[in-house]
Amino acid sequence: MVIERRWKTWVFFYLPLTLFVIGTLFPFYWMFITAIRPDAELYRSWRAVNNAPFWTLQPTLAHVNDLLAKTTFPRWLWNTFFIAVVSTGISLFCGLLGGYALARLRFPMAGMLGTSIFVTYLVPPTLLFIPLADIIRSFQLGNTPWALILTYPTFLIPFCTWLLMGYFKTIPRELEECARIDGATRFGAMVRIIFPIAVPGILSAGIFAFTLSWNEFIYALVFLSSPERKTVPVGVVSELIRGDIYFWGQLMAGALLGSVPVALVYSFFVEYYVTGLTGSVKG
Amino acid sequence: MAQVVMKDLNKKYDEVHAVKDVNLHIRDKEFVVLVGPSGCGKSTTLRMVAGLEEITAGEITIGDRVVNDLPPKDRDIAMVFQNYALYPHMTVYDNMAFGLKMRKFPKAEIQKRVQEAAEILGIHELLKRKPRQLSGGQRQRVAVGRAIVRHPQVFLFDEPLSNLDAKLRVQMRVELKRLHDRLETTAIYVTHDQVEAMTLGDRVVVMKDGWVQQVGEPLELYSRPANRFVAGFIGSPAMNFADVTIGEAGGVLWAESPGFRVKVPPPRVDRLRPHKGQRVTLGVRPEDLHLASPTHPADYTFDATVEVVEPLGSEILLDIRAGNTPMVARVDPSVRVKVHETVRLALDPERLHFFDVKTEANI
Amino acid sequence: MKTPLAGGAGSATGVQVALPRSRASGRSGLARALEHEQLLAAGLLAPTIILLGLFIAYPFVMGVWLSLSDTSVGNPGRFVGLQNFVKAWQDSIFRTAFGNTVFYTFWATLFKLALGMWLALLLNRHFRGKRLVRASMLLPFIIPTVLSTFAWRWMFDPTFSVLNWTLYKTGFIVTKLPFLSDGTWAMWCAIVINTWRGMPFFAITLLAGLQTINPDLHEAASLDGANAWRRFWHVTWPLLKPVTLVVVVFSVIQTFSDFQLIYVLTGGGPANSTHLVATYAYQIGVATGLLGEGAAISLFMLPVLLIVVWAQLRYLRRLEGA
Repeated sequence: MVIERRWKTWVFFYLPLTLFVIGTLFPFYWMFITAIRPDAELYRSWRAVNNAPFWTLQPTLAHVNDLLAKTTFPRWLWNTFFIAVVSTGISLFCGLLGGYALARLRFPMAGMLGTSIFVTYLVPPTLLFIPLADIIRSFQLGNTPWALILTYPTFLIPFCTWLLMGYFKTIPRELEECARIDGATRFGAMVRIIFPIAVPGILSAGIFAFTLSWNEFIYALVFLSSPERKTVPVGVVSELIRGDIYFWGQLMAGALLGSVPVALVYSFFVEYYVTGLTGSVKG
Repeated sequence: MAQVVMKDLNKKYDEVHAVKDVNLHIRDKEFVVLVGPSGCGKSTTLRMVAGLEEITAGEITIGDRVVNDLPPKDRDIAMVFQNYALYPHMTVYDNMAFGLKMRKFPKAEIQKRVQEAAEILGIHELLKRKPRQLSGGQRQRVAVGRAIVRHPQVFLFDEPLSNLDAKLRVQMRVELKRLHDRLETTAIYVTHDQVEAMTLGDRVVVMKDGWVQQVGEPLELYSRPANRFVAGFIGSPAMNFADVTIGEAGGVLWAESPGFRVKVPPPRVDRLRPHKGQRVTLGVRPEDLHLASPTHPADYTFDATVEVVEPLGSEILLDIRAGNTPMVARVDPSVRVKVHETVRLALDPERLHFFDVKTEANI
Repeated sequence: MKTPLAGGAGSATGVQVALPRSRASGRSGLARALEHEQLLAAGLLAPTIILLGLFIAYPFVMGVWLSLSDTSVGNPGRFVGLQNFVKAWQDSIFRTAFGNTVFYTFWATLFKLALGMWLALLLNRHFRGKRLVRASMLLPFIIPTVLSTFAWRWMFDPTFSVLNWTLYKTGFIVTKLPFLSDGTWAMWCAIVINTWRGMPFFAITLLAGLQTINPDLHEAASLDGANAWRRFWHVTWPLLKPVTLVVVVFSVIQTFSDFQLIYVLTGGGPANSTHLVATYAYQIGVATGLLGEGAAISLFMLPVLLIVVWAQLRYLRRLEGA
């Protein structure tokens, strides 16, 4: 009996799990290995005798160097980071205030407002980018980071609001009531008592928003035109391909370095990210 | 003068009329308990005094101001909640200091008051801890301490002891009473536990379904309940109720039901005569039933079968049946009776109650 | 039933004294606003409403207007009614794109659900390194889609594909597989990538759902004689349906309106065979500059999204009402 169980565990658990892990992580490995392989190896013909695509014995930092020194990649990193931080900030601000109002206050049209925030999610960026391009231009925000900083919150705020709403609902009402008796206004109770308690929720929402923002593409593609203003996703796609030639070494180095900041932020806050992910779905 | 006056107070939630025409005058320094079953409106009334619920109709006065439109923070009150409501991200000290900080008290004054309250409540060693490091009883004390430092005009308590275990509850009850004696501040206390009400209140307000049933000192509620509900609510084990008919025989009024007959005491005859031939409810407390001895006048005795014997050590509870009516009697621990035995019980004619069947008022 | 008050000493007597109503002395308008429930709510929601109104509601209306006009870059248009929509429907590329989008969304969502559920069930046990595995499983979802798609593109490269190399060396194939050079192959590649990317989202969310299921239920079922599959089907799955539904709705909205993946992978080619609605709208509206037609193409997404969401919400309500 015991032997059979062990066999079963191996086949039905460890094997699939291993396959999942390999399947999930292989592309990253490939990204990494390509970024450090010399060009000679990368473009070696198949039929060459010593073709070993899965590893390299002569790792090189040439691609990374070229990327950082000869392109505007560092600029893109900074742009993306700046835009992500500011739009996350704006969205958190709106989400905190709005989430509190929807979770705690009674007022007419509360239900309707909550639903309409949900409805905005049904209007994806790929539906709005054409008219938005026009609007951005007429506000004279074209080709500036502000075009993105003001439009990213459109998909970040609903997430933040739902997440924080759900979080606020778990905080007992008595805390605010007590604060109001102790001498705070409703607003004061919200800021001094509820917000500090909600810090884990705020972190979750913030991390999630940060990664969503870093991932955005179409608005950045349409609203930004000059190379030094671009974000990492757009820059890598549009600037690292000269003519028809793909410089895969550099491209993968760009992909890798472009992913590192997000992965790093994520790795420090995994639990918060997961809470953010699952919380927004539950909300 | 920190009196609290409620005039024609009403609260409606959409369809539900939770508080109906409450009129109450609570004097300065008085400790008044609002007691009643769940849903009777006692918490809602308290919250209206606190300013946490809007008043649908009527007026509340605290001190010499009508407070209907004042937000909670301007009413000069403090409240202790059932689940303590301590701010989890602050230390005990900061929890207690919060209200004073909101009112911009100088640091030295805050420190003085917090220390003072901590001493009174015996929590001065806990000042640097966070709420999650405290036990239930300790948290309760901090909640009380937070209320004390404000030196408010009125203390409000919303079932503060309900979350504590039985032993702790008894202990805290005594402490709260001592505290009130020491602080001499008006207090309104809400509970569903009639024992707490009787032991803590200078006066007790019994509520049911949004109405005030009776207001009075504890002993008055006990010995002269205004209606059947109050009679049955106050006192444990509860008062015995029997459906009887008022009959006349030999020029004397009797209260009768199958297998049970006692005389209507002379002082009550006038009030009960109009009910001749009708049904009324008779009420007698378990402690007012004794095993009959020759000294008891026979007109006030009756036979009953013993169904269950509950020996409690300090007394014995007998579950008996007199005719069709089940009753409970509290007797001396030395009594020796057995189940299925028939015993003769006597009641005290001065502690008999009659209630109108329809209005439930005490006749 | 009202009972007359049997008042004790000191109950309210008929003393009628008119007491002064306390005035909000010296309180500024701002202080009152911070206290008043409705005003505060309005203030708190104002930033959100303004931002969303300005950058979603307004563009949406504008988009609708654009789609009904013949605007192009540098040329303000006139109202042309449903002409753009008709033209799109008659455009074979658009029909291909629309079909692709449905195909793509359907299969990707199905795979993501199945694999995500399986992974969630696997992760629901305790094993060493679980936290590390769980954290690393989310990487495909975290990393910017564009960048990871590039990595896949390199893996699918016509000349240097590592997948081709492996399959060749292990003897499974003789000639290279036309991953991205054939329309149908390319769509399936896109589905694979989308599944790879989105499956963690399903897995983690379903895992959270699984963890809310009381383990007593499984024990009771197992005592009743149910094997693993039956336990899943009769105990786990019904309890997971609500969460699954919500996740599927989110995912369908994202996948149906997807742009990045195809844009980077194939750009819509070869020969416009892999376009999705979003990428085609981009090509017409931005690359070619025909704003009106591009807007119309985008708007084709809306009815589908509405129907999907409405249907699933109805189902969800029925589930919860049951």
